[in-house]
Amino acid sequence: MRALALSVTGNRGVAIAIAIAQWVARFVAVVLVIATFNFVLVHAAPGDPAQVMAGQSGSADEQMLAQLRAEYGLDKPYPVQLAIYLKRIVTLDLGYSYRQQRSVLSLIAERLPATLLLTCSAFLLSLAAGVSLGTLAGVRAGKWSDTALTIVSLLLYAMPVFWLGLMLVLLFSVKLDWLPAFGYVSIGVPMTPLQRIGDIAAHMVLPVVSLGAVLMAIYARLMRSAIIDVAHQDFIKTARAKGLKRGQIIMRHMLRNAVLPVVTVAGMQAGTLVGGSVVIETVFAWPGLGRLTFDSVLQRDYPLMLGIFLVMSVIVILLNFVTDTIYRIVDPRVSLRAAA
Amino acid sequence: MNRREFAKLGVMAGALGLSGIPLGITRAAGQTKGGTLNTIIQPEPPILVTALNQQQPTLTLGGKIYESLLRYDFDLKPLPGLAQSWEVSPDKLTYTFKLFPNITFHDGTPLTSEDVVFSVTKILMENHARARNTFSRVAKAEAPDPLTVVFTLKTPFAPFLTAFDCTTAPIVPKHIYEGTDYRKNPANAKAIGSGPFKLKEWVRGSHVHLVRHEGYYRPGEPYLDEIIYRVIPDSASRSVALEQGTVQLTQWTDVELFEVPRLSKLPNLTMTTKGYEFFAPHTWLEFNTRIAPMNDKRFRQAVMHAIDRKALLNRIYFGLGKVATGPVSSKTKFYEKNVKNYDFSPDKAKALLDEMGLKPGPDGKRVSIPFLVPPYGETHQRTSEFLRQSLARVGIDLQLQGIDVAGWADKFSNWDFSTTTTTVYQFGDPALGVSRSYVSSNIRKGILFSNTCGYNNPEVDRLFEEAAVATSDDKRQEAYSALQKIMVEEVPVAWLLEIDYPNFMDKRLKNVVTTAIGVHDTFGTVSFG
Repeated sequence: MRALALSVTGNRGVAIAIAIAQWVARFVAVVLVIATFNFVLVHAAPGDPAQVMAGQSGSADEQMLAQLRAEYGLDKPYPVQLAIYLKRIVTLDLGYSYRQQRSVLSLIAERLPATLLLTCSAFLLSLAAGVSLGTLAGVRAGKWSDTALTIVSLLLYAMPVFWLGLMLVLLFSVKLDWLPAFGYVSIGVPMTPLQRIGDIAAHMVLPVVSLGAVLMAIYARLMRSAIIDVAHQDFIKTARAKGLKRGQIIMRHMLRNAVLPVVTVAGMQAGTLVGGSVVIETVFAWPGLGRLTFDSVLQRDYPLMLGIFLVMSVIVILLNFVTDTIYRIVDPRVSLRAAA
Repeated sequence: MNRREFAKLGVMAGALGLSGIPLGITRAAGQTKGGTLNTIIQPEPPILVTALNQQQPTLTLGGKIYESLLRYDFDLKPLPGLAQSWEVSPDKLTYTFKLFPNITFHDGTPLTSEDVVFSVTKILMENHARARNTFSRVAKAEAPDPLTVVFTLKTPFAPFLTAFDCTTAPIVPKHIYEGTDYRKNPANAKAIGSGPFKLKEWVRGSHVHLVRHEGYYRPGEPYLDEIIYRVIPDSASRSVALEQGTVQLTQWTDVELFEVPRLSKLPNLTMTTKGYEFFAPHTWLEFNTRIAPMNDKRFRQAVMHAIDRKALLNRIYFGLGKVATGPVSSKTKFYEKNVKNYDFSPDKAKALLDEMGLKPGPDGKRVSIPFLVPPYGETHQRTSEFLRQSLARVGIDLQLQGIDVAGWADKFSNWDFSTTTTTVYQFGDPALGVSRSYVSSNIRKGILFSNTCGYNNPEVDRLFEEAAVATSDDKRQEAYSALQKIMVEEVPVAWLLEIDYPNFMDKRLKNVVTTAIGVHDTFGTVSFG
């Protein structure tokens, strides 16, 4: 982090304008490169959507395959297909999924809320829990409570998320019958809006806890080591020497300095939040973007795959920008120019 | 997490548990009419119009929405569907169907013979590969009056009457589709058919909600108020849903076969394997007979002897099915049981391989052969491993290659494989579902479920053709018996099993499986108790 600490010189307004222009230019270039790369990658896999449909229909003939390929535009040479695709992107058109008979944008827009609800809840839960547990363990390094916390987070970290999910279902749904096992809302039951919120919340508990537990373990471990590292710095000794209370030292001096690595990792993880969790969404039949992505890959639904990949890359780029901004708030030594 | 947070979470979870909204349909108990059937659909179909898409989940769900002229009993004899009666001319060229009166589509429009003619000659001919195979033999289709349909064939085609189930010949409304681009018609989202249930809502990734069609032509039907098809992608979650009673019916591979023994013991469930007679799924080990050593009959016979198919049935398929004896399933018409029998005998297999000159090397291996593992779930994976072990015992080293659905379909259909396993439906008649895998005229690169193995025997070709156009069942039986005997001797593919899929259902459910297409049928008479 300290390597990034450069001081701002010269006219601040000009610097900001230049930085933003540079950032936008880089953004557009990166998106186009990603789009081209996605296209090549997606078409490198064997098989095509027509073959998949034939395989799932139990019968096929030439006419069916030709029809489907023409529909998907697969009858044109690759460079032409790529040119058409890039032209569409420039006009902000994500295309049409013939497999689902819907526009790609509407498919993504339909699934995104469910995914964001799940992943953001899990993310916030894991951040809050991870930072507090990690801090707790860090300041008590070596004591039994630290050992216990470390073991728990190590276990959670090592646990496959689908297994954790299934075990939670077995315990809380099958044995105890406290929580619904899957889905995001009870279907075919008349409910008032308030009941509906409660119902969705009940459906959220298990997937959020399963997904959050693994992320929490990562943050807790990072936080713990950062706290231990910071605790031996000179400024902490100074703070202690001038008679500050332990709580004040931890909250004001240690936490703020130690949280940077967590912000870095959380920033990277935040990108994956949008993509959703294929595993969690599958185990809990959660109608999110992760499953849509996974299905589109298996079905070789090219327009949908490319659309999702593009939207995700744009969001990841934007989130990186947000992370950089958060850096500057948490650590004023990081300058605009260095971060941009 | 600190103590305070944990306590808060506990309170939250407890509160939610207590206020949990009741799931399922228990309130429908004891009723003969009404109630909601919750079941599973997986994978989620792309659209619900069965005339445009024939993937298995589309057909399962679409059967409630779209009906056809006939239904079939477990022995594949025709029963009235939309047609109350039918006649076949003595020369087997003219088929006359009389429709029930007062049939309406979900939008209230009457269904007439015009809709039948349009469906069969237009939309199905353009969009349904299997229907195209049958209906391309129609010279003319006429609608002399609103309730009469007359089909005249170019030449006799014996299984013509077997092609009017709702998966092969769904009837769609002409007034909605005529003159439009069928696949892009916005009405596809509404899925308007004439079946006992109509589409109310489809929440992608979650569920499809069907409700009763009030104008259904059969008095009193449907008995249920609603059917909800839930999309549950994970097989473990599907089993949990069944155990908990969240769903009351499963079909096809909703439940992994290894779960069957456990679930069969649950007191509130019954299990039946009936209702797949029309499909008669036939599983075999396919050889690419263009490549050595698979081009040698003795090698393929050796493979037949090397696999303990009874053990495969009992260990991997938990007894759900039968050992296949040849190309025609015992459930399909014109099955011949007096054919050469390949008993499990590694010694006979080794002798055949020795005779071919495939001697074992110093490591005991005679030959290494790649095998594409079909990407259709756990049972196929386990079958592949079983085959590898079986063949290893006689010195054939099967090298398993994992691949996804698109890759498998691509390599398999383009003959870029050595061996794989495949499951093929028979569709009620050897002329519809069996001949396509073996006749030389159907060796078509890039087409799945064609003659991918490359088998070519002019005598077998001739017999298949003769049987398809013969006008008497005795003649057909004669030809089919003859060709089954030849083929079992030559083993173009190693037939493994006739598979029975389990339908688990709530004990209160009645009339779920009443025909040879089982869970694909209309569900008009399904009821709770």
